[in-house]
Amino acid sequence: MIKVGIVAYGITPFTKDDQKIESLLLKSTKNLFDNNPEIIRNDIDAVLVSTNNNSKYLSPILSEMVGIQPKIAHSIESLCNSGTNSIVSAYSYIVSGLADMVLISGAERNDSPGQILEWDNSRGEFKHPIFWASIFAKSYKRKFSISDEQIALVSVKNHKQAKENPNALSNKTFTIQDVINSKKLTDDLRLLDCSRPCTGSASILLASEETARKITDMPIWITGIGQKTTSAGFTKNTSFSSMESTKLAGQAALKMANHNANDIDVAEVHDAFSVCEPMALESLGFSKPGNGTNMIKELYETNNFKINPRGGLIGSGHPLGATGIAQTIEIIQQLESSATNRQVDNAKIGLVHNMSAAATSSTVLVLEK
Amino acid sequence: MSFESELFQGKFCIPECTICKKIVWPPSEFCNHCLGKVSLKQGDFEGKIIEFSRQNEEYFCIVEFENTIRVIAKILHIPEIGQTVKISKCGIFNQNYFFYVN
Repeated sequence: MIKVGIVAYGITPFTKDDQKIESLLLKSTKNLFDNNPEIIRNDIDAVLVSTNNNSKYLSPILSEMVGIQPKIAHSIESLCNSGTNSIVSAYSYIVSGLADMVLISGAERNDSPGQILEWDNSRGEFKHPIFWASIFAKSYKRKFSISDEQIALVSVKNHKQAKENPNALSNKTFTIQDVINSKKLTDDLRLLDCSRPCTGSASILLASEETARKITDMPIWITGIGQKTTSAGFTKNTSFSSMESTKLAGQAALKMANHNANDIDVAEVHDAFSVCEPMALESLGFSKPGNGTNMIKELYETNNFKINPRGGLIGSGHPLGATGIAQTIEIIQQLESSATNRQVDNAKIGLVHNMSAAATSSTVLVLEK
Repeated sequence: MSFESELFQGKFCIPECTICKKIVWPPSEFCNHCLGKVSLKQGDFEGKIIEFSRQNEEYFCIVEFENTIRVIAKILHIPEIGQTVKISKCGIFNQNYFFYVN
């Protein structure tokens, strides 16, 4: 199978601004081309747009706005992991030979319709994500005797790390007590435990090995892909204290890359809510079940940015369709050693974990220099 | 007669496949196992509380019926894990299902 490399990227700041979706897509795409003027736009033969926005025909619109006439042009929606789903589709187009170079642009507005899955009626009137997050938190705390304070440290750590990310929505740091004292949404969830919907866009360019080597001296290779969807409805989850789809997707991605969790130097994990971070770390094999918060504490106390260096979704904001792509860009920058104050020493192998709808669907990517 | 039309009338039924007899959840016209036609089982079903949390003064819990069906329901007293409950009220309001158990 041919190798697929990431050769360029562009991103916008994540904000609460009111911007048109078309304008957002254009901005991160322009940033990508501004950063890489040597790229010949006519060589791009697929343009994929990742978003939950209701606007139509966004890929042809973006293509026209940047002067590309691609062979393949369409949108991809899978709620919060639309971004990495788009990357997997782009990878597949390249490996199959249907395309040689694929532009992926993800964007979302802070009023995204992707925040609530209306279809899932088994949740009764409790359809907002704060309710599944509360059940996860309660179940996780109960199973492993974890305190609110231990979980709150995720938010403390990720806000601290986001302060080093110029594109992050948050620029503030908080203490554990700040998190505990922030607005109580339910018995098991505070406002600062939540990632926030926002406006933002992120784009990357993928190419076959031969083309990638012509464009850049240091392509970042996608060496592992794992995906799993266990259901669409939250109540179908077999466990509320671990993430089955994440476990299966992680195992598949690491197997494809011929690595194990110990080999990973830096990772972006989908901390939609604080409790998701320890759950994801455990389901991905970075720590033993029930031990995720201890790992997070150690990372925080040693100022180690290994997990969610850009500040995760909690610190960076969560523009759904852009999130998986922004996570991937962070790992690219880490592997390029260009992550400035967020840089993890000697990062060679990175992992991206992006999931949807209470971990009913997960995508895991392994990236290498 | 569908799960939804019965729920609208305040009745909680269990969707079951007419061919393979499996419970079909979420409710659907066809079985997600054998794609057979689904019928509705009526009864006074007992469920078990799997997990719960609270928003303001209102407890919400995941209740499991027949080891298969799970819903998020309101409960008016302090719930306990493993507690047996029955649907006391249910329906559709503003296009959302709602369930109460006690």
